[in-house]
Amino acid sequence: MQAMVYRGPCRVRVENKEKPAIEHPNDAIVRVTCAAICGSDLHLYHGLMPDTRVGMTFGHEFVGVVDEVGPSVQNVRPGDRVMVPFNICCGSCYFCARELYSCCHNVNPNASAVGGIYGYSHTCGGYDGGQAEYVRVPFADVGPTAIPDWMEEEDAVLLTDACPTGYQGAEMGSIKEGDVVVVFGAGPVGLFAAKSSWLMGAGRVIVIDHLDYRLEKAREFAHAETINFTQVDDIVLHLKKLTDYLGADVCIDAVGAEADGSFWQVVSNNKLKLQGGSPVALNWAIDSVRKAGTVSVVGAYGPLFSAVKFGDVMNKGLTIRSAQCSVKRHWPRLFQHVKNGVLKPSAIVTHRVPLNEIAEGYHIMASKLDECVKSLVYTSPH
Amino acid sequence: MAYLAQKPPLAPPSNELRSRIPGWGVDLDPKDRPAVPKEQFKPDATGAHWDFPERQPARWPREKSPEHAFLTPVFGTACPPSGISGAIRRYAYRFSEGRTSHWLLLLMADRIDVMESRVGALLKGRPDSRLMETGVLSEFKRHGLRSRLGHHRADVKHQWIDVLLFAAPYLAVTAGALYFATRRTPARRILRDR
Repeated sequence: MQAMVYRGPCRVRVENKEKPAIEHPNDAIVRVTCAAICGSDLHLYHGLMPDTRVGMTFGHEFVGVVDEVGPSVQNVRPGDRVMVPFNICCGSCYFCARELYSCCHNVNPNASAVGGIYGYSHTCGGYDGGQAEYVRVPFADVGPTAIPDWMEEEDAVLLTDACPTGYQGAEMGSIKEGDVVVVFGAGPVGLFAAKSSWLMGAGRVIVIDHLDYRLEKAREFAHAETINFTQVDDIVLHLKKLTDYLGADVCIDAVGAEADGSFWQVVSNNKLKLQGGSPVALNWAIDSVRKAGTVSVVGAYGPLFSAVKFGDVMNKGLTIRSAQCSVKRHWPRLFQHVKNGVLKPSAIVTHRVPLNEIAEGYHIMASKLDECVKSLVYTSPH
Repeated sequence: MAYLAQKPPLAPPSNELRSRIPGWGVDLDPKDRPAVPKEQFKPDATGAHWDFPERQPARWPREKSPEHAFLTPVFGTACPPSGISGAIRRYAYRFSEGRTSHWLLLLMADRIDVMESRVGALLKGRPDSRLMETGVLSEFKRHGLRSRLGHHRADVKHQWIDVLLFAAPYLAVTAGALYFATRRTPARRILRDR
């Protein structure tokens, strides 16, 4: 089968790989019809995530058709159209039993600090991902769900990570009616976090980024106020003035490891890879939120240390909430929102690339060419 | 202002927002949000029909974090460790995730893995192509210059560092080669002295 393969920092290519096989009685093999390149795939692509091995196939956002199932699988059958959450989860450990699927303890031998994620390095379990013609899906009775007939494929693929992650980002902010919410990052997750903040009753939603075209998207898709941080002297001070010197009630970091805006943070992390992530957006969130406010972190960071201003967290009495999204627990509500027309996840898709051009797909996404917000990858001509 | 007891009027009234923003307030009640409370004990609702999963057979001694009591019942089988990078990775997994050595060894193994793979690909007759694998050709098809210039992009200001980092290994190798080629070895000194 054809699959995207990592060849080292900033290098990927398509290779012929062996089709995955059933390795556990509750496995399924899914023929991928559509996958996505996630902003967090870029952390792997740029060589920031430890134990990212040459030869690995990335891709944790994908949908497809069940091709084969193991002997103990009961809930899906060959031929079913399924969407697969990016979390690999057993459904029976301490964490899964409490609906914390992203913390599953039975699927990642390489680390106890994170669960299993498709195509996201050996630090997340060493599973090949879905930017390929076929993918192995462990615990087929727990993760995958049939795509409802009324749901479009491109909406479904965005519901496997970006949309629920943004929604959970807003939810972890414990937003109350009339709250001022500042979202750092106008990428896919930031756009969904901004949109979801309104659903939870925010009074103002302000999105910060340095890419004008993404801020335009935030105004159009998420009805947000926007600020390009390169156009103000000091974004923290600017936000303080906007909030009458109180600070925002809730700040959401939807940027993560490769945040820009501080020369030395960018050099030490993005260029020299000496940190687990450049916490520029996180530090701005900490500084911009009001005392006793909440900072919600859904941007992904690596496991190494980062230069976070934790003293301010303590002094300001902040609540920091963070998690990899437990996708499955959000699906019933998000399905309802998509069906009712409250959310249209595929509205943020800007690029569609065939699998055999995936190297260009990554470059376009990483270099923010051609006003790229979200790229989808198709395994067959589209 | 923050200096008085009442919150300043920073937001428009809810009625106005409800009429202007599609879906405003549909999840207003914090108690009626999907992940509230954070931990909800629902072991029968996950789809699992086992107390503990069957164990996946291990086809090689699978590396595992010492913070796990045993090899997890299910695990990924992509890219088994091999070569020098594989040996370093196996060694790294002796350290807990709390030790910086664990992560730095893994990062070092990642870089060595790249070098091993480049040589391996060359020997197998499918050498790496910087042009094709970096996707840099999309710069010409997807408005590389127009996407960067005149848009206040923060990243454009430090892209010169990428050029330095790209050139650094080549410059180092060239400098090393020049040094060894021109230094005064004992043999060369004897020849010259004759």
